[in-house]
Amino acid sequence: MIFIEDKQMVIPGDILADDEYHSGRGTFKEDSKICSSLVGLVAVRDKKISVIPLQSKYIPKRGDVVIGEITDIRFSMWNLDINSPYSGILPASDVFGKEKRELNKTFNVGDVLFLRVVDVDEVKKVKLGLKGRGLGKFRNGILIYITPTKVPRLIGKKGSMINMIKDETKCEVVVGQNGVVWVKGDPSMERVAEKVINMIEEQAHTSGLTDRVRNMLYELLGKEKPDIEQKEETDEEEENGEDLIQ
Amino acid sequence: MITIIINKNLNKGSQSNERDDGRAFDELRPFKIEAGVLERADGSAYLEIGGNKVMVAVYGPRELHVRRLMQPNRAVLRCRYNMAPFSVDDRKRPGPDRRSVEISKITSEALMPAVFLEKFPRSTIDVFIEILEAEGGTRCAGITAASVALADAGIPMRDLVVSCAAGKANGEVILDLSEAEDKDGEADVPVAIMPRTGEITLLQSDGHLTSEEFEKSLNLAIEGCKKLSEAQKEAIIKRYGD
Repeated sequence: MIFIEDKQMVIPGDILADDEYHSGRGTFKEDSKICSSLVGLVAVRDKKISVIPLQSKYIPKRGDVVIGEITDIRFSMWNLDINSPYSGILPASDVFGKEKRELNKTFNVGDVLFLRVVDVDEVKKVKLGLKGRGLGKFRNGILIYITPTKVPRLIGKKGSMINMIKDETKCEVVVGQNGVVWVKGDPSMERVAEKVINMIEEQAHTSGLTDRVRNMLYELLGKEKPDIEQKEETDEEEENGEDLIQ
Repeated sequence: MITIIINKNLNKGSQSNERDDGRAFDELRPFKIEAGVLERADGSAYLEIGGNKVMVAVYGPRELHVRRLMQPNRAVLRCRYNMAPFSVDDRKRPGPDRRSVEISKITSEALMPAVFLEKFPRSTIDVFIEILEAEGGTRCAGITAASVALADAGIPMRDLVVSCAAGKANGEVILDLSEAEDKDGEADVPVAIMPRTGEITLLQSDGHLTSEEFEKSLNLAIEGCKKLSEAQKEAIIKRYGD
């Protein structure tokens, strides 16, 4: 027995189904009933029920790429704020190797870095690393904070949404899985991108978003709207957002 | 032409004894709940019930800097109940007092069983309850609003905690005591429940009641909680405009 429909909005404590279904993310089992633990939209895949939250905090996971800001310099590492309940550390050895150098000459407090989560241990100590393509320090640009669960929506199917923003605003855009977005370009274009990204975050749970984003972009840039609406977007929340690097 | 005047204040309960404000013995004061009212908080809620006005802000889960409070296996839930100096008729001296410290503690204990604290080890969830106007039953209003704000913040929970008081005034067992009924009445029983399972997370009792009267007030309060619980759900759903 299932008591809800796919994509229906639920709140904590709502009974979703009984135990012929499997309990996925955002749900829990109690008395052989599957209940929602979050405010969000239901996703039913085969026999697995999950709830995609509308609001959440980033919980670090090994392999994620994130954007962090340096908050502290210690003897042999940097402390970073990664927009999460747990702060991250970047060991100096990861940057310098065996060499001994002064940390504050490389990165200082307030610098924004693009990093990979190397390891998260059982006490939630988050080790970060800079090894990988495209990782490193950002110069200039602005940061925009969105809810981490809405990152896949911002990227869109195979990066369609994010590429549209990049093409139209001529900005560089980098999205971290922790919900931090870095935008660099012409200051007025940065502002356009910020507006659009905030709009996507607000309306992430609605369908037909790509078209509205396109219209908003054209409006903000003072361009003509395209005559024919392009093929209808099949709205989806997940499965995308794996290829995050640029 | 015939005009039919419907008096909404007419007795809706099954008994005839009317209260000072015209309510039936099992009638709540008019109430309103709104979610997501504060821009900078992770979650927030505003609740009005009768003359009470309560604003709740939730922050977290976030990093806990007070090392001695840190729990290695779960998050801590910190609550601060605070009455604004202008919330009562005579100016209240600002700052925590004996009463607000107690209410902060029982609020956090009433909410804790509902929250999946074990999902966020070594972190904290902070709940700030501000009483802007008080007219009896603020602790219940605070708990009800706080659980809406927690849900709004996207914190995983087993259920929405909802709270309501019952008691005895003028020799009658009644629901949702107003300030006057609380002051002149014989007893006050605040109750908080998780409506899906019916588990009680808060039960206090102040005053004199026989065991029958106590049981009657408890059942009455649970009924009141269930009515409020519907409004909580509506408030959250309305936040996302569906």
